[in-house]
Amino acid sequence: MQALTNRAQEVSRKPMTFMERLYIPSILKGMAITFSHIFKKQPTIRYPEQKREFSPVFRGLHVLNRDEEGRERCTACGLCAVACPAEAITMEAAEREVGQENLYREEKYAAKYEINMLRCIFCGLCEEACPKDAIYLSETFAPANFTRTGFIYGKDHLLIPNPVTEPEAYAAAKGQRN
Amino acid sequence: MTLLAVDWLLIIEKLVLIAIIVFASLGIALYTTFAERKVAAVLQDRPGPNRAGPFGLLQPFADGLKLIMKEEIIPTSSNKALFVLGPGLAMTAALMTCSVIPWSSHIEIFDRKIDLQIADINIGILYIFGVVSMGVYGMMIGGWASNNKFSLMAALRGASQAISYELAMGLSLIAVLMLSGSLSLKTIVDGQMAAGGYWNIVYQPLGFIIFFVCALAECNRTPFDLPEAENELNFGYHQEYSSMKLGFYLFSEYINMIMSSAVMASLYFGGFDVPFLDESTLAPNIAALIGVAALLTKIAIFIFVFMWIRWTVPRFRYDQLMNLGWKTMIPLALFNMLVTGALILLKAGV
Repeated sequence: MQALTNRAQEVSRKPMTFMERLYIPSILKGMAITFSHIFKKQPTIRYPEQKREFSPVFRGLHVLNRDEEGRERCTACGLCAVACPAEAITMEAAEREVGQENLYREEKYAAKYEINMLRCIFCGLCEEACPKDAIYLSETFAPANFTRTGFIYGKDHLLIPNPVTEPEAYAAAKGQRN
Repeated sequence: MTLLAVDWLLIIEKLVLIAIIVFASLGIALYTTFAERKVAAVLQDRPGPNRAGPFGLLQPFADGLKLIMKEEIIPTSSNKALFVLGPGLAMTAALMTCSVIPWSSHIEIFDRKIDLQIADINIGILYIFGVVSMGVYGMMIGGWASNNKFSLMAALRGASQAISYELAMGLSLIAVLMLSGSLSLKTIVDGQMAAGGYWNIVYQPLGFIIFFVCALAECNRTPFDLPEAENELNFGYHQEYSSMKLGFYLFSEYINMIMSSAVMASLYFGGFDVPFLDESTLAPNIAALIGVAALLTKIAIFIFVFMWIRWTVPRFRYDQLMNLGWKTMIPLALFNMLVTGALILLKAGV
């Protein structure tokens, strides 16, 4: 039969030699290998103190964006919810009242905007679907929680801090994104 | 007052010594469990336990607390008296071995000479063997009383393994006894410490290897940890145990490890002897302290080697274990004994 690769080897069935039957040389060889590992560098990242660097295209927790004047960009058009393959996004729209122009960018806004982080697959399709640049995926991931309801993130979790009133918090939440 | 005829100071002195040695060996065993985890981690390029306290030094206490807080379960179908007796027996047997080990020479307090050995009995090493074989009962009773087939299988394995390897161990020991001419551990150590005398490892390299392998088997350490082969016996003979009863079993294993290291150090590596140092020129108290430090260092090295082997070598199959014990170790030990005897006779010029 023709061998599939050039790595094939004949199985050796010759009995063990005396040195091999002594076991001790091979055990010592193994022990030398494990001993050498004492001096190897540990690849461990000590998590809460150290964090792994994520790539700039990492798709983590969602952020609902504001414009430079601190107004919410989302118009509750529902395109993100339609695009979502996991059906994790729900929202309720409301009309902007007179006097709320400094809060909402356009006449319609999302009164309720919820993402179920247990359903979400972090594919980023909502980000692609959004015509208003109102949602994007950040560089952090959803922390653990004690209840399932704790994983349903509302606007209070998702909305980015106001760039006018809290510029430092805004910059931290914005991360490396443009 | 006839009562005063008893040397009360001796009794107090021995009680204090017993308390110190028992608590010290418990404390060392506590930290041996920590060392095991650290050594395993370092050999596998991991940091190991490092959360509880600085460098994870409080980890053994956290482990102990967790074991104590666990629910105490005694299976309804078990033999309750024996079930409770098992871990106690294992622990007692493990702790009893430390009574004949010479920890150091002697210290002098208020002109009173205190030997740092609980009992210098003239059958010291025989006593250790007797107590160690009692430890098998702890395992056996625990496995039997659990009324679980896996526990029983593991206990049977453990017992037959211990008995098989004790034979080769005893035979390799006879060669040492022929050299020293005494069963007392103190005399054996003194013989190695005497001026011009070498450690027994120089005379008995083969005997030491046999003794070491058998000690691994006696302590149920890898590659001979068949009583705890989790892939075929779930958890081994302590399957049904929980809480501190399980803790006692696990703990007695570590104490056994310390004691077998101490015995090996005393028999083959000069006990509390420091190489190239003449202890008789020092003040007795300082010499005694150096001796304790030397013995503890030797024990620590042996324990590290035990762990190093555990995290390197895979487990033997049961028939391989028995083959090695009966067909290799015992003939080798017999050969070693005969050669030693012949050489001693030749040297004596008979």
